[in-house]
Amino acid sequence: MFWNWDYTWEIVPILAEASIVTIEATVLGFILAAVVGLLLAILRMSPRQWVSLPAAGFVEFIRSTPLLIQIFFIFFVLPEFGITLGALTAGVLALGLHYGSYCSEVYRAGLENVPRGQWEASTALNLSPYHTFRDIIIPQAVPPVVPALGNYFVALFKETPLLSAIAVLELMQTAKILGSETFRYTEPITLVGLYFLVFSLVAAALVRRLEYWLKQRWR
Amino acid sequence: MQTRGIIAVCVILSFTAGLAVASFAGFREFLPGLLEGARLTVLITVMGCALAVAMAFVAALTRMYGPAPLRWLAISYIELFRGTSALVQLFWLFFVLPHFGLTLEPLTVAVVALGLNVGAYGAEVVRGAVDAVPRGQWEATIALNMSRMEALKRVILPQAVLAMIPPWGNLFIELMKATALVSLITISDLAFKASQMNQTTYRTLEIFSIVLVFYLAIALLITIGMRALERLAARGLARGRAH
Repeated sequence: MFWNWDYTWEIVPILAEASIVTIEATVLGFILAAVVGLLLAILRMSPRQWVSLPAAGFVEFIRSTPLLIQIFFIFFVLPEFGITLGALTAGVLALGLHYGSYCSEVYRAGLENVPRGQWEASTALNLSPYHTFRDIIIPQAVPPVVPALGNYFVALFKETPLLSAIAVLELMQTAKILGSETFRYTEPITLVGLYFLVFSLVAAALVRRLEYWLKQRWR
Repeated sequence: MQTRGIIAVCVILSFTAGLAVASFAGFREFLPGLLEGARLTVLITVMGCALAVAMAFVAALTRMYGPAPLRWLAISYIELFRGTSALVQLFWLFFVLPHFGLTLEPLTVAVVALGLNVGAYGAEVVRGAVDAVPRGQWEATIALNMSRMEALKRVILPQAVLAMIPPWGNLFIELMKATALVSLITISDLAFKASQMNQTTYRTLEIFSIVLVFYLAIALLITIGMRALERLAARGLARGRAH
């Protein structure tokens, strides 16, 4: 017997409940990533080297080290400094910082594609840097890169099983617990795999639609 | 821009390394164990990368030029491995395959899972690079009466390979980072050693800082290696064109 349908129907509701945590982590993590990424991209563009170099170094550092170790670092090291975070909070923070670094590269491409004249016009109109970014640059820089950000949304979604390593009760951790209770790993892990496959295919299709729609609108 | 990034990384690297040596008492205590773990991490990275490159070329070329059933197989492979998480694939191979009577060594599972996962992403890189070779090159091979295999081998791939080296560099770094996951299937790599030492000594900050620097150093080596490879390939291609 490779596959037990009775057992499958028994665990589907449990996994469905766990998937809410997965989605929660994905959405919160991505909101954080989108904000952190934009901040890092703007800092990196600063003409002052003491601002731009650390930002660049931070991005390179985060992008060259494993997410799992970053999760461990935030979960185990921060308490030494008196900051104790819940497992889910630590996980969301790690996901947000990790993907924020990736998103910052995407934003940077968008920011660099805004024509120089727009900056010069803002200077001519005596707009403050804050207003230049908020009203002139960002509205032009962000919409074209939304599909690329969407791809990172899907990538972040697929990385959420890593949170099982710090015992967040998301899909993978729940599947592992179910497996260890019954010694049947086939059904839970396969179902988790199917869940990710279906959702990421759907999400990828949505990103493609979004790309098409943006192209029509921003031509 | 790239060089600036590298400089920034070097600054952080030396800063963290300096910090570790300067104030972290017992740094020597952790080092041998972590080095042992790093050896395994590098081993899995190298073998995983080799498998990934092989899978990527096979899958991409089958997808582009293979007969229909094989083409569908290649597409399913690519979509399946790109659509699910690396960790889920790792656990599936580790926990579920034995139920089908196929028990692999954890190390084999690690290399196979990471190689197949990154190979699926690599297949898209290969396809993009082959697609980007100008049409005229294909037409010229037809005019010269080359077979498709011959054209691919002698004209198309040498040009495509040069274009795909930078994205492969990124994928190799992705694979190296993903090796941290194998610690969750009982392989005593760098991440596993770190967790283990953390549980026995509770010297969290020191251990994880050193481990981060280790991973950073491996990533830096990959970047440097790939850049050298790119220069080498560019020179080779230029020489080929001069003939």
